[in-house]
Amino acid sequence: MALTDISIGQYFPGNSPVHRMDPRMKLVLTFVYVIMLFIAGNFLSLAMGVVLLLVVYPISQVPLKLIVKSVKPIVPIVLFTGILNMFFVKGDILWAWGFLEVSRQGVRMAVLLAARILCLIAGTSLLTYTTSPIALTDGIEQLFSPLKKLGAPVHEIAMMMTITLRFIPTLIEETDKIMSAQKARGADLESGGLFQRIRALLPILIPLFVSAFRRAEELALAMECRCYHGGEGRTRMRTLQMGRVDAMAALLVGVFLAATIFFAVAGAV
Amino acid sequence: MSTISRTEQLTHIYGAGTAFEQAAIRNVNLNIEKGEFVGVIGHTGSGKSTLIQHLNGLLRPTSGKVYINGEDIWAKPKEIRKFRFQVGLVFQYPEYQLFEDTVYKDISFGPRNMGLSEEEIDRRVRQAAAFVELKEATLYKSPFELSGGQKRRVAIAGVIAMSPDVLILDEPTAGLDPRGRDRILGEIKEYHQQQKATVLLVSHSMEDVARYASKVLVMNRSEVFLYDTVEAVFSRAEEIEKMGLTVPQITRICRRLAAQGVPISPHTYTVESAKEQILSILRERGKR
Repeated sequence: MALTDISIGQYFPGNSPVHRMDPRMKLVLTFVYVIMLFIAGNFLSLAMGVVLLLVVYPISQVPLKLIVKSVKPIVPIVLFTGILNMFFVKGDILWAWGFLEVSRQGVRMAVLLAARILCLIAGTSLLTYTTSPIALTDGIEQLFSPLKKLGAPVHEIAMMMTITLRFIPTLIEETDKIMSAQKARGADLESGGLFQRIRALLPILIPLFVSAFRRAEELALAMECRCYHGGEGRTRMRTLQMGRVDAMAALLVGVFLAATIFFAVAGAV
Repeated sequence: MSTISRTEQLTHIYGAGTAFEQAAIRNVNLNIEKGEFVGVIGHTGSGKSTLIQHLNGLLRPTSGKVYINGEDIWAKPKEIRKFRFQVGLVFQYPEYQLFEDTVYKDISFGPRNMGLSEEEIDRRVRQAAAFVELKEATLYKSPFELSGGQKRRVAIAGVIAMSPDVLILDEPTAGLDPRGRDRILGEIKEYHQQQKATVLLVSHSMEDVARYASKVLVMNRSEVFLYDTVEAVFSRAEEIEKMGLTVPQITRICRRLAAQGVPISPHTYTVESAKEQILSILRERGKR
């Protein structure tokens, strides 16, 4: 088993206009997009959400394969909720068999729901595809910085997120190494019942925890040696700045939001 | 002498079938004789680690074969563990793999996995502990209370306790002080001699290789560049230095002295041998 093949965080590096956007704007617009999907209560308004994706994905240059990959794991859930809706929403009956009834309203609801969930996943994945984890935590920190006045440890939480992201690959590598070392001593990880398998993980988990704590202590020490004392008065190497791309993106999403609201209110389709 | 470990056209490619495809080792044909003490040298990324992980079946070859005592180890993948007991592998910084609450239990992990009887496990643990010079009292301590050097010796004992025919160590002395280094290498030599075991020692120190090994395996750019006796390998100093590796410091000094006309052998690999030669030269001069 090659653990190092797993990629955590789905950042897809690139230099498209979407990549260049300010992470704060991307976070806000993603949030707006989610709201927009929930406002959309009929086909025409939900179509706006689909069209927006069709416009933005090509600009982002994220390959189609990745979108499929992000949507794939939730397909069973979508099918499941869709089918449930089909049977449980009452209305004009299209088809019936025993106690099972499918109504026209039920089918409509199922299709809307499926489309909405798929758009939701595809839309939010675009954020993580085009924003590096570090930029993302930076954006989150800045967006939530007003909460600092209320005493929320915003900087600390963002720093924890950054450190966590930084250490995921390190820990994966470490796990791989420890697994190899124990396998070299004949540890059997592949056979036996559930209980045996859990027991077999101990020789891996214990050294992993020990080394995670050791690393945490070393890192804390190194940070203190460099006079880290929290976010107070700290300046950044890369300051976030909104630019023309951000304004255009906001405008684009704004137009689509307006259209969605218009169709949702006006249309009964 | 008979061959204990053999590879045939061994190739390993990481990320095969993706854009990041990279050959870690290519067409490696090796014949390691029983009882040999082999020093493995090569740059970081030359394929040393990948190669040694094939010899005990931790990695599966992309193509090619690995034999132990004439048996193809991947003939029956389900029985691969058997070969891991025959070829013991000590990883770099092995002290990070300790996990039991006592040193004794940790050393017994390998023998226990082999399915040995309690008496045999006890005998193996005590023998392995003796090899790495651990005191009886230490056996009942927690491995996490020990010093860095002690932890490392415990980890090595954990592999020796399986009494493997082939013992492979990946930089067992990294990060130790000179005293700890000499101690561990001395203990490995002891194991080699007493158990008539085959030892492969991956090292960056040419001095250690020259002092302990009988043969040297030089890896360069995923391929075996040389596999020969210490003398034969270090006599090709120019080529080795071109690869960015070095020959032992004392060898370089003797080569320079020999080039200047001092009657010293340019094929001197250890400080002891240099000392003897220089003393005899001085004695000669004193007579005159």
